[in-house]
Amino acid sequence: MFRLSKPRSLFAVSAVGLALALSALSPAQAQGEPRELLNSSYDIARELFAAVNPRFIDWWQAQHDETVSVKQSHGGSSTQARSIMQGMRADVVTFNQVTDVNVLADAGLVAKDWQDRYPNQASPYYSTIAFLVRKGNPRHIENWDDLAGDDVSIVFPNPKTSGNGRYTYLAAWGYADQAFDGNQDKIENFMKTFLGNVEVFDTGGRGATTTFVERDIGDVLITFESEVNNIRNEYGKDDYEVVVPPVSILAEFPVAVVDEYAERNGNADLAKGYLDYLYTKDAQRLLASFNYRVNDEKVAEEFSDRFPKTDLLRVEDVFGSWPEAMKTHFASGGELDQLQRR
Amino acid sequence: MIAQALTRRRERRVLPGFGLSLGVSLTFVSLILLLPMTSLVGQLSQLSWSQYWFLITDPRLLASYAVTLFGAAVAAIFNAAFGLLMAWVLVRYEFPGKRLVDALMDLPFALPTAVAGITLATLYSSNGWIGRLLEPLGMSVSYTWIGIALAMAFTSIPFVVRTVQPVLEDLPAEVDEAAMTLGASDSHAFRRVILPYLWPALVTGTGLAFVRSLGEFGAVIFIAGGKPYETEITSLMIFVKLQEYDYAGASAVASIVLATSLTLLLAINLWQGRFIKRLHGGRG
Repeated sequence: MFRLSKPRSLFAVSAVGLALALSALSPAQAQGEPRELLNSSYDIARELFAAVNPRFIDWWQAQHDETVSVKQSHGGSSTQARSIMQGMRADVVTFNQVTDVNVLADAGLVAKDWQDRYPNQASPYYSTIAFLVRKGNPRHIENWDDLAGDDVSIVFPNPKTSGNGRYTYLAAWGYADQAFDGNQDKIENFMKTFLGNVEVFDTGGRGATTTFVERDIGDVLITFESEVNNIRNEYGKDDYEVVVPPVSILAEFPVAVVDEYAERNGNADLAKGYLDYLYTKDAQRLLASFNYRVNDEKVAEEFSDRFPKTDLLRVEDVFGSWPEAMKTHFASGGELDQLQRR
Repeated sequence: MIAQALTRRRERRVLPGFGLSLGVSLTFVSLILLLPMTSLVGQLSQLSWSQYWFLITDPRLLASYAVTLFGAAVAAIFNAAFGLLMAWVLVRYEFPGKRLVDALMDLPFALPTAVAGITLATLYSSNGWIGRLLEPLGMSVSYTWIGIALAMAFTSIPFVVRTVQPVLEDLPAEVDEAAMTLGASDSHAFRRVILPYLWPALVTGTGLAFVRSLGEFGAVIFIAGGKPYETEITSLMIFVKLQEYDYAGASAVASIVLATSLTLLLAINLWQGRFIKRLHGGRG
C-alpha cells in the first residue's frame, strides 16, 4: 500500500506542474501589460518587418495613445500556414503566397472574402521575378528564352517547396505562353529545357542565393526583384547585375487578419490597424526602400528609377486562378512532375 | 501486488520500485514514441491500399529511395572502418590532446545538422577550401551523391565510435599479446581475436549509423542539390509532400523509411541475441 502512494503523489505534482505551465501560457491580460500582436510572415521578410514594426508602434501610439508591441514569426509561408492551423495564435499573416492564405480561409481561420477587405486584392506591395547575373552579363541573358539555351546554368529554388520557385516557374510558363501563342507542345518543350538547365534546386530562396553567390554556381539566379536588389546591395554592386525581363509575373504579397485568433487574443482592432498601416504613405515609402513595388502613385513615382517598366502577367489571367494553377502545375503528378519526368 | 512479488525476489535497486519505474518508462514511451506513431498510422488510414501503393511506387520516389539507400550504405561502410579506427586510437593509445579528440567525436551530435550541412557544402563546393583541390581531379562533392554520403557520414559517425569504444576498453591489450605469443601474426590476431569480440558492437553501431542516415534531412539537404532523379533524398520528398499539405502522402513515404529502419534494427537485435548466445554456448 505504501508503494501506491508514490505514484499518486507523483500525479499530484505533475498536475500542479501542468496547471502552472498552462497559466504561464495563457495571454497576459493583466492591466499595464502592453498588448502584443503576432505577425506570421515569410522567410525573407525578417529585415523588412524589423523596420516596419517600430514605425507601426509609433503610428499606433500617435493615433490611439496606446503602447503596443509587435512580435514576428518567420518561416516558409506554407510552413507558417501549417503552424497556424495547428494552433500558433498569430493575429495577422503577411505571406508571399495567395494559396497559403487561402488554406487558412478554407480552415475557417481567415474570412472567405479576405482578398476584398484591403485594396489591391489585399496585397499592400508587390514584386516580380527578375534575374541576377554575373558581372558584365557574359551569357547575354536578357529574357526568358536566353535561359533555355544550350549550357546555360540556372539556379532557383524548388517550386515544390518555395514560393519564389513557384513564381519563377509560372513566369517562365507565362512568357512561353505568349511567345508560342499558347501552343502547348512548344511551351512544354521550352519548359523542359528551362527546368533541365537548373543546376541546383534548393528548398528555399535564401538557400538558392547562397548557392549562387557563395558557391559560385550558375550563370543566373532567378528570384524576387526585391531579393535580387538586396543581394546586389549586400554582396557588391560590381560583381552582379540585375536584369528585369520585359515580361514577368506579378508576385503579390497578401495580408490578412486571422480573425479567429485575433478576436480570441483581444487584438481585432490592433490587427486591422497593422494592415491599414501597411497602406499608408509612410509604410509604402519604407516598403519601396526595400525594393518592393508599391501601389501608392506618389511613392511609386519617387522610386520609379528603381523599378524598370515591365509587362507583369497576372496569375489569374494566365492560369485562371491560384487554386487552378496549383492543381494543374504543382500538385503531385501535375505539369511540373510531368516536365521533370525522365 | 505483482509488482511487489517481482521486486521482492530481486535485491534492492537504487531507483524506487519496479512498478513505479516501469510505469513511468511506459508512460514516456507512449507519449514520445507511440503517440506520434499512432497519428502517423491515423494519417495513413485515410489511404486505400491501391492509393498507398501508387504513392510509394512513384518513379521519382523510387529514384530517391535508391539515392538515399546508396548514400546511407556508403556512409555506413565508411563509418564502420573509420569509426573502428577512431575508437581503436582513442582506447589503445595515449597522446596529447586525447581528451579533446574524444570530446570532438560527439560534435556531430552537438552541432545543429543544418549548420553541418552548410559548412560541408561550403568546404566542398568547387570554390571551397577542399572542393577547389578536388575540382582539377574531376571530382565534385557538393551537389552530387558523394556530398550526400559525406553529410550522412558526418552526422552518424559518433554511433560507431561510441558503441565500439566501451567494448574495446573492456578488452585488455594482454589479449592480443597472448594471441601473438601463441604465434598469431598481427593481422591474424586482429581478424580472429579482436574483431570477433568487437563484431556485435560494430554491427550495432554501423546499423544505427545507417538508420540515422536514412532519415537525415538537415545536413544532407544543403549539399544534395535536389535534382529530380539524381540527388533527391527521400526525406526531401516527405518535406515536399508536407509543403503541399499532403499529410497522407507524407505519412506514406515516411512509413517506408520507418519500416526499413525498424526491420534493420530488429534484424540486428535478433542477430546479436543469437551471436551472444552462441558465444556463451562456448562454440565461439
